[in-house]
Amino acid sequence: MAMKISKNKFNDRLSMNLDNDFMRSAVSSAQHRFQTRRSTAIESLDWEQWRNHGEEIRQHVLEHLDYYLYELSENVAARGGHVFFAKTAEEATNYITNIAKEKQAKKIVKSKSMVTEEINLNTHLEQLGCEVIETDLGEYILQLDDHDPPSHIVTPALHKNKEQIRDIFTEKIGYTASSQPEELAQHARQILRQDYLTADIGITGCNFAVAETGSVCLVTNEGNADLVAALPKTLISVMGLERIVPTFEEMEVLVSMLTRSAVGQKLTSYITVLTGIQEELDVDGPEEFHLVIVDNGRSSILGGEFQSILQCIRCAACVNVCPVYRHVGGHTYGSIYSGPIGAVLSPLLGGYDDYKELPYASTLCGACTDVCPVKIPLHQLLHKHREVIVEREGRAPISESLLMQAFGMGTSSQSIYRFGSKLASTAMKPFTSDDKISSGPGLLKNWTDIRDLPSPKKERFRDWFDTHSKGGRS
Amino acid sequence: MIKNREAFLQTIATQLGRSTPSLTKPERNWKHLPQHEVLKGASADELVEILVEHCANIHTTVKICTQLTLKQTLEEAFATYNNGQIIYSEDARFEQLQIESFIAAQQSFKWDPTQGDMNIEIAERANIGVVISDITLAESATIMLQSSAQRGRTLSFLPENSIAIIPKSSIVPRMTQAAQFLRKQSHVASCVSFITGPSNSADIEMNLVVGVHGPVRMMYIIVEDV
Repeated sequence: MAMKISKNKFNDRLSMNLDNDFMRSAVSSAQHRFQTRRSTAIESLDWEQWRNHGEEIRQHVLEHLDYYLYELSENVAARGGHVFFAKTAEEATNYITNIAKEKQAKKIVKSKSMVTEEINLNTHLEQLGCEVIETDLGEYILQLDDHDPPSHIVTPALHKNKEQIRDIFTEKIGYTASSQPEELAQHARQILRQDYLTADIGITGCNFAVAETGSVCLVTNEGNADLVAALPKTLISVMGLERIVPTFEEMEVLVSMLTRSAVGQKLTSYITVLTGIQEELDVDGPEEFHLVIVDNGRSSILGGEFQSILQCIRCAACVNVCPVYRHVGGHTYGSIYSGPIGAVLSPLLGGYDDYKELPYASTLCGACTDVCPVKIPLHQLLHKHREVIVEREGRAPISESLLMQAFGMGTSSQSIYRFGSKLASTAMKPFTSDDKISSGPGLLKNWTDIRDLPSPKKERFRDWFDTHSKGGRS
Repeated sequence: MIKNREAFLQTIATQLGRSTPSLTKPERNWKHLPQHEVLKGASADELVEILVEHCANIHTTVKICTQLTLKQTLEEAFATYNNGQIIYSEDARFEQLQIESFIAAQQSFKWDPTQGDMNIEIAERANIGVVISDITLAESATIMLQSSAQRGRTLSFLPENSIAIIPKSSIVPRMTQAAQFLRKQSHVASCVSFITGPSNSADIEMNLVVGVHGPVRMMYIIVEDV
């Protein structure tokens, strides 16, 4: 799966998801739980100070990114690892498929990684004839369900209920037990355990790379990344170029903020720091290690007005508070990156052709900005996107252009405005019933599809005001 | 081997307004360091209390014993998990805590680098894995393990039940102190694991399932070793 997850247009995706009642109630209850857990996890800390520190660490890294990538690559190599800098998704997938060819790999186990989704890695490996197995339980479910796209950065199968998951397991992996989550998970455990033990290659993402030691830090609750990284002889970790910290000291701060913001835990069950290949006499751990550092459009964000989006540590706290995400769900965004972070990042990495509607899928309420652990001004960036789309790209949504043209025309002269506002009541009469418009024409339709609009009154406010201020009733 | 670095870093340098990539280590002058304030000045007993309290949140059984009662506590722990095959790391601290011979007398296997993949095979079918925490984080009730030839990383992942012995002296306030410790090492272990309770997942309807890929049950035994 690439970053783009749907060929449908935004409005079609939107209608489809608004009709999905299970998904909408699942998302709403998940948001509530995520928010409560996060609040509990940060209540004993001076969280604003943590946010200040998180922000300064991420800004410092971005300002010195060339140095830190240099230092990281030197230290990975010093511990026997290979480093490949990939300018494009294609360079990254070519490099990784070549390793698979060279190793004659038949089975590859993977732990959850957004960047490997972004570069469409699995498809390339599957075309080569490799069996690629996602080991994160959520990702595993989606993969079994004919590669259903993720709808949340942290809990990718949020849009599915347990009965649907039972049916998928029954159809695809011979499952015969109930829809109890424990039984489903136990079945997946048994199957995946054998896969870890027999895989030729393990592939992980990278939550944070530590420049000073050449380490890769992985954050999970399931422990799947640990087995992916410990059992196969060859390990490949893939990271976005910005996913870096100077030393263990900054790593621990950001890990503490990530786990609290993402799932409301002080730490997740497994925080694993991997450095290089296995050492002399080590029984487990990889004999060969490759770190693939992916640009794929990120460097062009550096130094520009959207640079702060690269501070992101992928916690999805912004997704969990977003009122728009709550109603439309992850798939509406048409990108593996959903919610406010997705609405800012997807147009930058994937272009406005596919994602120009996303910056408008926001109320600009700013809840995302308030909750961001590294203080990315998300709603301001969404606003900035709109500015770029309208002013520089000249492609505001058609409805907005028409509306603005009409508004401009109508308000440019006093007489036209007066005439128009007097006419409104008469013009809307055919659509009015009981002082309400339930099925409006043209641009009004988008509004009245969802709710009624009060009909324009015969007497304009200005006329009413004049009458009353000249000694009328109070 | 490092490939494509030069052009890649040049692009970044150009975007950042530099003519060539910077090769000078930048100063890290942080204005905020809130992590040092957490549990600052807490006594050893207070840290134990915080750790124990947090175990309830991470589905982990916790026992406290003295060095004298450790053997008995361990025996009871093995019984709780129905005994069976035990695997443990080669670690001088088992001897120092005077439990090496006791564990060796059980149906147990000590991780042995000369036996190669057999270690993994045994770990995979073992019922209980036993490790000793190197550093323990009170705030999050987390143990830290550094891998080595004698202390395989899968030892604490493959068995269904996991027991971690926590010397009281290994307890620090939080991950901040562990990070400082790791930075002082001349050689960092190929795998440093911070483990907080058994493996779990909330991927199915946000319902917590304990025991997914790693251990299903976990027990901490805190030993008053000072």
